[in-house]
Amino acid sequence: MNKVLVIAEHAGGSLNPATAKCVTCAASVPDAEVTVAVFAADGAGVAAQAAALKGVAKVLLVENAANAQPLAAVLAPQVVKVAAGHGYVFGPSTTFGRDLMPRVAALLGVPQLSDVMAVESATRFKRPVYAGNAITTVEVAPGSVIACTVRVASYESAPAGGNATVEKLAVDVPLPSHTRFVTVSAAKSDRPDLQTAPRVVSGGRALGSAENFEIIYRLAAKLNAGVGASRAAVDAGYAPNEMQVGQTGKIIAPELYVAIGISGAIQHVTGIKDARTIVAINKDPEAPIFEIADIGLVGDLFTLLPEIERLI
Amino acid sequence: MRKILVGVKRVIDYNVRIRVKPDGTGVVTDGVKMSINPFDEIALEEALRMRERGEAAEIIAVCIGPDDAQQQLRTALAMGADRAILVKHDGPVDPLVAARTLHAIAQKESPALVIVGKQAIDDDAAQTGPMLAALWDRPQATFASKVEFKGETLVVTREVDAGLETDEVDLPAVITADLRLNEPRYVKLPDIMKAKKKPLDVTDLASLGVDAGSPAQVVRWEPPAQRQKGVMVKDAAELVDMLKKKGLI
Repeated sequence: MNKVLVIAEHAGGSLNPATAKCVTCAASVPDAEVTVAVFAADGAGVAAQAAALKGVAKVLLVENAANAQPLAAVLAPQVVKVAAGHGYVFGPSTTFGRDLMPRVAALLGVPQLSDVMAVESATRFKRPVYAGNAITTVEVAPGSVIACTVRVASYESAPAGGNATVEKLAVDVPLPSHTRFVTVSAAKSDRPDLQTAPRVVSGGRALGSAENFEIIYRLAAKLNAGVGASRAAVDAGYAPNEMQVGQTGKIIAPELYVAIGISGAIQHVTGIKDARTIVAINKDPEAPIFEIADIGLVGDLFTLLPEIERLI
Repeated sequence: MRKILVGVKRVIDYNVRIRVKPDGTGVVTDGVKMSINPFDEIALEEALRMRERGEAAEIIAVCIGPDDAQQQLRTALAMGADRAILVKHDGPVDPLVAARTLHAIAQKESPALVIVGKQAIDDDAAQTGPMLAALWDRPQATFASKVEFKGETLVVTREVDAGLETDEVDLPAVITADLRLNEPRYVKLPDIMKAKKKPLDVTDLASLGVDAGSPAQVVRWEPPAQRQKGVMVKDAAELVDMLKKKGLI
């Protein structure tokens, strides 16, 4: 039996959808027994959501007031304690996992495999490098704990239908006070979550201003889609940072991705390569985005978008 | 007065089109332009601005790499670092090895702050900063888009998936630089001349007591699956029609 510990990501009492994708990856380790660990101040609800995922054998709930916010320096020593006896420690390749998991790996004294996209065997994994322009196969020597972040865009969510037991665990380990959470300013919106939405509409530099970006939100609302943006659009202040899609932003795999006024720089394409269908609208027929788009339309977005909105 | 250590990685320049070698042993590096990892440039720029505001006294740029990496360190010196350390090592640098190296140097130099890029654009690992913070048993503030001193603590704004998170960390600390932290300055010719006279020490992993071995090894490289070029439609009506037929809207 290969014991895989998955570190749950959650906020506001809800399990982040990235965790269900992590569970799928964890379950693909040969002969896997998947345990999900929930670190929270008050985590019974989150633990119950994790226990309902198919493929989860057990949920460990570590409740501590210090776990109210996901601070890597506070969580990492607790994760290390809970990870004892596990051969694998997985977390999502979200900013939560990318912050926490390397700290865990270093405390365990093992390297980490970032953005795992395929489990080839119990010791062999695939991961992208160079913004997805090369795929490497990494072999880990037997006997070493294998610490990974999971490229969530490569995995489907584990379905519901699980019925794992939830076990409360007291972890006695000194926690640092040198790192303190102050605040998080998350824009409240009713739009589908960018990372898991089946449809995503993204805008680029061609939008020209934050005001003009409204037409992206409008089309997205009509399609019940998440909203993304290119790095250029975020840098220019047309859209907030959490909307950035690409190598250094979010990597997504929706059923439908609509790129509007986005030229298609390599670092952006990295973030959308796994989308089922890519639609590109751009006034430049030579834009590189058309090289990877399934459906391309050349024209002025300010004329085309209202028309499209009317037609759907 | 405060010292700042900046990690500088030598990577294939971001403008170079990456090609996997046909034999699957790596990517083509012959005759390819090498540069400082862009995120590390941002890290260095932030350190320089802190010194210019009087918040730090000395900036040390550290690179783990081959002899040729002296070029990247000279660039860092030309940007304004006060001195540089090259830790000689041929071949890929595992982030844990990089973190152990920076940790060994941090113990010698006792910096108030270590700033590195949030990730390197070659291995895209995004591990060195948090790993160093773990080994050093110090705070980390990753994906920083704003860093401000408040006495002996730092207030850091971080670009997280939910939006912007603000954390407070005590010094010494490790910061990893995100894209929007700043825009690095261009190097001017007189600065390149001046940089030639700045100290650049050369050491190696063994002298720092760091083992370069790693239980994880890349055994194969391959190009990614390519998407096929699709079809062009002539107008909005044809586009919507096609999406409806495919059941996508």
